[in-house]
Amino acid sequence: MSTKYIYRPQNKIDYSSYLYLIPAFIFYLVFVFFPLADTFYNSFTEWNGISEKKWVGLEQYAKNIQNKKITSSIKHSFILIIFYSILPIIIGLLIAGLMIRVKVHGMSTYRAILFLPQILSMIVVGIAWRWIYAPKGPLNSGLDFFGLEEVSRAWLGSFDYALPFVGLIGTWVMFGFTMILFIAGVQKIPTELYDAAKVDGAGAISEFFNVTLPNLKGEIVVALVFTVTLALRNFDLIYITTGGGPGTSTMIPSMFIYKKAFQMNQVGSASSLGIMLTLLIFTLVSIILLIFKDKK
Amino acid sequence: MNYQNREKVIAHSIFIIGSIVVLYPFFSILFLALSEPGKRISGFTVPSGIYFDNFVKAWTDGGFSNGIFNSFVVVFGVVSVTIFCSTLAAYAFEKLDIFGVTPLFALLLVGLVLPYESIVISLYYTMKSYNLSNTYWSLILPQIGLSIPFSIFWLRASFKAIPKSLSEAAMIEGAGRFTILIKILIPQMIPAILTLTVLLFMWTWNEFLLALIMIQDADMRTAPLALSYFAGNKRYGDPAITAAAAIWVALPVLIMYVFLQRRFISGMVTGAVKE
Repeated sequence: MSTKYIYRPQNKIDYSSYLYLIPAFIFYLVFVFFPLADTFYNSFTEWNGISEKKWVGLEQYAKNIQNKKITSSIKHSFILIIFYSILPIIIGLLIAGLMIRVKVHGMSTYRAILFLPQILSMIVVGIAWRWIYAPKGPLNSGLDFFGLEEVSRAWLGSFDYALPFVGLIGTWVMFGFTMILFIAGVQKIPTELYDAAKVDGAGAISEFFNVTLPNLKGEIVVALVFTVTLALRNFDLIYITTGGGPGTSTMIPSMFIYKKAFQMNQVGSASSLGIMLTLLIFTLVSIILLIFKDKK
Repeated sequence: MNYQNREKVIAHSIFIIGSIVVLYPFFSILFLALSEPGKRISGFTVPSGIYFDNFVKAWTDGGFSNGIFNSFVVVFGVVSVTIFCSTLAAYAFEKLDIFGVTPLFALLLVGLVLPYESIVISLYYTMKSYNLSNTYWSLILPQIGLSIPFSIFWLRASFKAIPKSLSEAAMIEGAGRFTILIKILIPQMIPAILTLTVLLFMWTWNEFLLALIMIQDADMRTAPLALSYFAGNKRYGDPAITAAAAIWVALPVLIMYVFLQRRFISGMVTGAVKE
């Protein structure tokens, strides 16, 4: 048995290697890949979860695209990307740009605190923020304290404010992560690059755009992929804070999938929306990776 | 020197402001939970005394002893099986000759980006048809499948970092591949496996949507699911009790974080970069 491993000609494949892959791939195929294929199939049917599935072709997709509530829920997701991705990345980059050569004592403590929102259940995070935004919660009490009673309101119950205020929770969850990621990246940039820029007479701003930003490309891609996928999924936070309301003002696709499949018994329609969401995420992730690859 | 000092002051100010922004919601619900039961606090004042009544009430009324026990069962099942399967697979990918690595990896990559909102519907009906919904199986099995892509990528990178000479020496002495994995490679992998354990623990503990869909029986709820029912129940509409319940649910991961924060952070940051 063991002599086999002393010399092995390159052109012979030892099929027993595949045995090591089998357990992992069984779980993955049965519980992830098969359900995905099944959802894909269901997306072409009309099904209430009990009776026979009826093949309807692309009808569900056509209906989804024409449904104003669904298109606006996708629009909400893009608004949430501003709060989940763009804002935290800008905050993180600006702060990292300021930290180029500073060695801060107690950095590990700051890091541990800033990272805290990442480890908690979104249900817990949502409950904390529901209290902050509550009619008699800290935000309104603070506004009242400064004599701004007219401004204070039930933030999550407002048609105009619910979406941006849910978005701000996402910014709160993410900004520590982007800060830590970018500061770690900045510290890997060789100081010679900055010295060279100084010699060329670069100011702080041109230093940021010519040295810091291009060298953080890898970290920016990571942050974009991570935050954009979370912004597009985002089920837990919406479920616990607004449930998609008031009205449909904070409705997002994943909430629609849940409601359609488990409250309205429109399994075919929910599946087609699930496939659309999957395609949307794959497309955005590919675009992000392509844009940043080209600039190399 | 002066310039250096000014920079340091700015840096500390930024970090302190950031820390306050992060910590404020935590202290806000902590103060709320510790406030005198029944007494409405405005949220902008420090409580007059410390009362643990809300914690007691949340624990007994919300069924959190069940919830936390269920969550631990699910976490144990998911973490142990995922690590076992992923270690074997990552070993094969990195150290054994396998034909077709690229398509197999592409297949796993799908699972890494996939919004699992899209597969839970099908999972629910499949589980139901085998009478498995409302059981631990309906939570453990899918989460193993969902955790495997990340775990394989993570462990493969650590296998890569082990020098070839180590396993080659053992090979010459006639050790089989499984022996090499167990006796030589795994001892080198302990830190990576520990970090992965911490991450999987956290993700499984916090998982919500799957539990929401699979579990109908109140006794079978996981901790976050029990919390969402508790928070949505008008009968316990008191925000102070809800706050206490949220702290109960967060506590196990928080305690782990206090001791193992470096693993959490390095795991998520480098894990994200490697992906």
